[in-house]
Amino acid sequence: MPESITVLVNGMPVQMQAGSIVSAALLKAGEPCRLSVTAEPRTALCGMGICFECRATVNGVRHRRTCQMICCDGMVVESDR
Amino acid sequence: MESDVLIVGAGIVGCACARECALAGLRVCIVEDSVTGGGATAAGMGHIVVMDDSPAQFELTRYSRSLWQQLLPKLPRSAEYETRGTLWVAADEEEMVEVRAKHSAYGAGGVRTETLNEAEVAVEEPKLRAGLAGALLVPDDGVIYPPAAADWFLERALAIGATIVRGKAISANKGELRLADGTKLRGERIVLATGTDCSLLPSLPIKKRKGHLLITDRYPGFLHHQLVELGYLKSAHKLESDSVAFNIQPRRTGQLLIGSSRQYGDEDSKSDAAILTQMLERAQGYMPELAQVSGLRVWTGFRAATPDKLPLIGPAEGLTDDRTIWLAAGFEGLGITNAPAAARLLVDQMLGRAPEIDAAPYLPQRMTTQAALHA
Repeated sequence: MPESITVLVNGMPVQMQAGSIVSAALLKAGEPCRLSVTAEPRTALCGMGICFECRATVNGVRHRRTCQMICCDGMVVESDR
Repeated sequence: MESDVLIVGAGIVGCACARECALAGLRVCIVEDSVTGGGATAAGMGHIVVMDDSPAQFELTRYSRSLWQQLLPKLPRSAEYETRGTLWVAADEEEMVEVRAKHSAYGAGGVRTETLNEAEVAVEEPKLRAGLAGALLVPDDGVIYPPAAADWFLERALAIGATIVRGKAISANKGELRLADGTKLRGERIVLATGTDCSLLPSLPIKKRKGHLLITDRYPGFLHHQLVELGYLKSAHKLESDSVAFNIQPRRTGQLLIGSSRQYGDEDSKSDAAILTQMLERAQGYMPELAQVSGLRVWTGFRAATPDKLPLIGPAEGLTDDRTIWLAAGFEGLGITNAPAAARLLVDQMLGRAPEIDAAPYLPQRMTTQAALHA
């Protein structure tokens, strides 16, 4: 079994298998990656870094493409607003 | 059908003129071959700003800003008007001298400003680097989304009787406007509001002055006012050489619009990596965290620059013998700010109404006098 790690998604601890991508943690938590300018919730669509719908704030940096990032233990992920 | 006024160009100036004509009861037809507000209107920042590079420019921008403020309750949400205020940022003591001079000059002209010291600037805009000398805050300046404002002017004009013809005007002669498709339109007056396009009147003393802008992703709360370095005045005044200046604007979406560059002689609309790099380095010099923000798009546009940096508003006397030709052109970087005033002054002249400010400094006929002086 891969090691289990904890990621904070909008303040909630989420258990993820090591090697998971960050957008999966947002999906597992049921949180949007970002809100559009008209406040619609958005989440990963293409899963390959092209559509930019999966942007979220990771460790304080806005607009990270979370489908292209691997989860780390203790990572802080917040929906972009 | 014959119009009282034919307006060529549905940029923000042409659209504002159409509305003002229609409000005055004139039969007005606007001619545009492309989308509304698709030229310099779409390329600019949309900064509604009082500028004091000359007394005439101060009067026009002050007057026009007051007209924008009157329009404010009527503007649609899509126009994104926000009274953000301008902060003219002073890097050093020498520039603080300028801040104080501007403070008294604006005050004497009835424009409210506040002088901020180093600590006060840091409170207003925490992302500015430490060690700046201060700033001049012009709290009533605004920010707008110009193409939506142009659309609104046009929609209002059409609602009260103006018409629009989609087509390319290829000649304007003695009250007759010919379009590329063979259509002929007649009007008592033909107003050229064609930005940098001088094809209908080649004697127009307008040169293209290229600019670059960059828009970022959304960073709500990063920036609160429109910031312009005071050195902007020095660089914007250079008539011939290329220059960049720190100029940044917060949009309602949280996006940041970063400028600015000025280039003569480059009529290629491609972005220029060298000047863009200079422009962004300049911006980072004032706001180091900009190095971490994500840019979405860069575009260029062309300002319509006149030799004396004032617009041409009124009959094209001295530039043509054709008494039917009028101008609302040559606004350089201030077309968005000055559109309402230009429209008002133009229609005042058409109707013989007394203008609220002296219209003489913007009359096109001054160009012949200037040409004679420099001959």
